[in-house]
Formats: sequence, structure tokens, C-alpha cells
Amino acid sequence: MADSWRQPRRILLAVYGALTVVFLIAPAALIIPMGFTSAKILSFPPEGFSLRWYEKMLTDPQWSTGFINSAQVAVLAAILATVLGTLAALGMVRGRFPGKSLANGLILSPLIVPVIVVSIGMFGYFVRLNQKEAGIFFTGSLLGLVLAHTALAIPFVVVSVGTSLRVMDRNLELAAMNLGADQRRTFWRITFPMILPGVVAGALFAFIASWDEVVVAIFLTTTRFRTLPVEMWEQVRQVVDPTVAAVSTTLLVFTTILLALVFLTRRQAPT
Amino acid sequence: MTTDQPALSLQGLSKRFGEFTAVDGIDLDVNRGEFITLLGPSGSGKTTTLRMIAGFTSQDGGQIHIGGEDMSRVPPYRREVGMVFQNYALFPHMTAAQNIAFPLQMRHLGRTEIGERVREALALVRLETFGERYPRQLSGGQQQRIALARAVVFRPRLLLMDEPLGALDKKLREALQLEILRISRQLGATVIYVTHDQEEALVMSDRIAIFNHGRIEQLGIGEDLYERPATLFVADFIGESNIFRGRFATDGTTGGGWLMREPWRWRVGTAAAERTGVADGDPAALVVRPERLRIVAVETEDRGGNAAEATITEVLYLGSSHKFELALPDGTPAVVRSPAGDVGDWHPGDRVRLDWSVDDAVLVSDSVT
Repeated sequence: MADSWRQPRRILLAVYGALTVVFLIAPAALIIPMGFTSAKILSFPPEGFSLRWYEKMLTDPQWSTGFINSAQVAVLAAILATVLGTLAALGMVRGRFPGKSLANGLILSPLIVPVIVVSIGMFGYFVRLNQKEAGIFFTGSLLGLVLAHTALAIPFVVVSVGTSLRVMDRNLELAAMNLGADQRRTFWRITFPMILPGVVAGALFAFIASWDEVVVAIFLTTTRFRTLPVEMWEQVRQVVDPTVAAVSTTLLVFTTILLALVFLTRRQAPT
Repeated sequence: MTTDQPALSLQGLSKRFGEFTAVDGIDLDVNRGEFITLLGPSGSGKTTTLRMIAGFTSQDGGQIHIGGEDMSRVPPYRREVGMVFQNYALFPHMTAAQNIAFPLQMRHLGRTEIGERVREALALVRLETFGERYPRQLSGGQQQRIALARAVVFRPRLLLMDEPLGALDKKLREALQLEILRISRQLGATVIYVTHDQEEALVMSDRIAIFNHGRIEQLGIGEDLYERPATLFVADFIGESNIFRGRFATDGTTGGGWLMREPWRWRVGTAAAERTGVADGDPAALVVRPERLRIVAVETEDRGGNAAEATITEVLYLGSSHKFELALPDGTPAVVRSPAGDVGDWHPGDRVRLDWSVDDAVLVSDSVT
């Protein structure tokens, strides 16, 4: 066989690939058994087996409030970012106006600018926006964090929806107009269904971006209003309680399911 | 809309893209029920013209009237023209039947009438049983027939077709050409058809407009374009041609004259000279179709026609005919087609004479291009 030399090379490649995957996943995977420990502190390898930390996670109001806060912020930020990001993507892909590449750069800048810089800037700005008399607060509030996370999540939507728009056949829109659909009906009947997989993927990415965001959240939350990742960060610094591992595992499963959804919607995109 | 108005009228229609003039003052009247083909090389402005008629591209100058109605301020969705795209442009998230129903839904027709009309349209393109299929489950030819059904189901005033068969193989293309003809005749549709395939244009059209550099070089029935090309470009673009360039000289009496080209002097008939309007001394060319040239022995008696000496360079057997490639002494190429069985025993290298009758040559101006 002239090709026999290929076989060992393929095996080597497979081993190399497997090692890479292990290297990437191991840190996250290690946390899973740690949540099932019966010991009182976070340790590896875990001792015994127990579900008590999961029980604590579900019963301790600190965790459940954090979970609800995070979910609220992430859902609202994802909705806002999806609407605004989809509109921005339409403008960026279809529009022709002076300063378009500058606008595009600004919209995508949260991906590039260091998060800590964004956080400090947002904190300084939001503090000034607080209206104490009217009781409207941008720091330590749902409102402020939703706005901040929306800004961070918009690039994901713009990139995802923009890709869908770019690969979509423009003739479909022309055909719809030719057949009697005005701009509004062309958008809702043709354009939107065609880019829907990109919109859904963008929305899920936006949700995840907010859901596990911790740096900006540390600046913009207080003990009165705290999201789950911030709660975890605080807990790890103070008590080293295995509940954190249980929460981490739950988050891991949750995020994996969301990413699987993204993958599935992408795959079902009409061709 | 009055019935004596042309279905479509273009007046001085122009479009520029930056420095490039894509369409340069097109005038065209299309009669009701007529099948007109815009034929030309790519970049000649035919597709841009079609897109302006559809309203996808705005015009820079001139006017478009559909059924006598000025279209300059009418958006594409109110023009009531159907369009078939080269890549079909079927909506992939809708079934064939839903695609065909789309224009009817946009016109707020009732559910039962939509169902009825969709069935009729599917029957028209002979795809009655394919309504529930999605475009990706249909072959290219089937997709194009659904696209055609979708474009005619709302009874548009015009049917525009932009190289609709360009993506299909030859056999399917020929079958669909006849299918499109049948359907357009059955509906009495006025069709504006864009193609760069001259054979397709000749088969399908009532009249053909030859486009070049954003202008219509000639408008006429296929036979006109082939037998009486108005310009050198048309002569060269439609079919095979022998083009003998020279200068025109009038004979001063008949209105005819000669095409002078040392060492030859070829007679130009009165009708041919008058049609072209070439003046004495102007550069001009004689166009002779390959089947109008005869190869004879050099010493054959002159029968009063035109003649030129040539050397045979190639003899090709094409089944129903023979094709001879020749070169005049100054290198000008010539081509002759003779029906099989009507051929002398000629071989490459033979020195022969080309004869043609005065009436078989067309004179065209050689001033531009």
C-alpha cells in the first residue's frame, strides 16, 4: 500500500487533537466532581458523595436571588441587544452613508476594548447619571446593568445577523418587491425569516455574554443587587464553600445547552 | 390605461454608474402581446434596462411608460410587472405553492381565489403535483418553471425575464425555450427577455433589440438582423460573417457604387447603398454570410457578380454541411458554408475564387468601433 504511511500520521493527529480538547476542557470539567463532595471546603479530589451543596444552592436565598437577578439582566439585555443589534446590522450591511466604517468600528468596539476599561468608564458615567431625587439609579440597579450588558452584547448580534444578511440573496427582496410587497412586508415576509437563524443565534450569544459577565457587573452591582457570577466571585474570595462548584456545574450545563441551541439554529438555516 | 398605448415605451432612457454610462439613451416601443428580446454582450446595458423597467434601479434620464402610464415615481411593488430572475429567486422558506401565492396575498385576494389561481398556475407550467415541495427539492428546470408561474399568476402588464435559462444545460434550455413561448402565447403576455444567446433570441422573439455600449444598434425581426444588419457590430454579433472592409465610391448614376479595396472593386447594389446612407469616400464594409459565398475554380467564367481570390486553409466536415476557412492574399479571413453533397473537391492549400452575387452582400458603415 502506497498510502500506508498516512495511517500513523492520522493516529498522531487524532492524539494531538484529543490532548488539545482535554487541555481546554479539563479546568472546567474538574469543577463538576468538586460539587458532589461531602467535605465542607472546596477541594480536589472530592471526598465522598453528597448532594447537600446542590440542596444549599437551591435553598439559600443568596443563590436563588443571584440566579433570578442574572436571568432578568440577561433576558432583558439579550432582548434589547437583539433588537438594536439587528437594526444596526441592517444599517451596516445595507446602508450607504458617510462614516459607516467608523460607526461599524464603534459598534464592535466592546469586543476589542479591555473590559476593565469599559467597566471603569461605565461606572464613572453611570454614577453621574444617577437621579437620587427621582429614585432612578444606574449603579447597583437592574436598569444600569441591563444597559451596560446590552452595549457589550450588541456586537455579537451585529456580527451574527450581519453574516446572515451578507449571505442572503438580495434578489429575494427584489423579487418580493416585484411581486407587490412594499418595504415593510418584504422585510417581515422575506428578509426576517431568512435572517432569523442569525437573529436567534445572536440573541443566544447576547444572553450568554450577559449571563456570565462578571467584570462590569462587579462595578455596577451592590450587596442589594447582585448577579450570580458576582455572588460566586464573592463567595470564593470569602468562604470557599463547595456550593460554588455546584453552581458552576449548573451554569456549565445551562450554557452548554444554550450553545447547542445556537449550533442547531445555525444548522437549520435555509440554504 | 388605454388599449392603443404601447405596452411599454422607453424614451431616451439613460443610466450612469459614476463615470460609466451603462444605458445611453434607449428608445423602444413594445406592442401588446409582443415578445421582445434584448440581446447583447455582457455589459451592454440590457440587464440595467430591464432593472429600470422593473423599478429596481432608478433612471438618470428619459422616461418609462407602461401601458401609457409614467413610471418615474412608481415604486417596484406598484408597477404590476412580473420578473423572472436568472437564479430563480424563489423564497427558500416557502413551498412552490406558497411562492406562487405570495403575489396574490400581497394583493389581498381571498383564500379560495388564491387556491384556485395557484392551482391554475401550477397546471400552466405542468407541475400540478409539485406545489408542496420546497425549492431545494426541485430541479433547476422545475424551479424556473415555478418562478415563471409566480411571475405571471397576478396577471402582470409585462413579463420581464433576465437570462432565465442561463444556469441550465443546453437540452433543458431548449425545452424550456419552447415552454416559455407556449405559456407566453397562451397568456397573451408582453415579454421583455434578456439574453446573450443569439440562438435563443432568434428562436423566441418577435423582435430583437441588439444592445451595444448602452445603445440599441438595431431593432428588428431575426431575419432583418441576419440578412440586413445595420451596423458592423450587428453583422459580427449575429451569426457568422465575412467582413470585407474598404471605402465606398458612388457610381453617380444608380445610387449604388463600389466598395474599393485594392486590388479589388466590388459592386454595391442600389438598395444596399441607399439603406446604409454611406457617402462617397466613407470607410465601409461589405458583409456576406458564409452560405452566400461560392467557391469556384480560379479560371471559371465571371458571371457578373463580385469575386475575390483566396486560398483554402481548412476544410471542416460538419455533418449537414461543410465549412471552409480561407484567406484572401492580404490575410483577410473568409468562411464559406456549403450544404453537404453540394461541394467541390477542395483541399487546404488550393487557390480558388470566391464568388457572390451583388444582392447577397450588405453594405455597412465602418466609421465607428
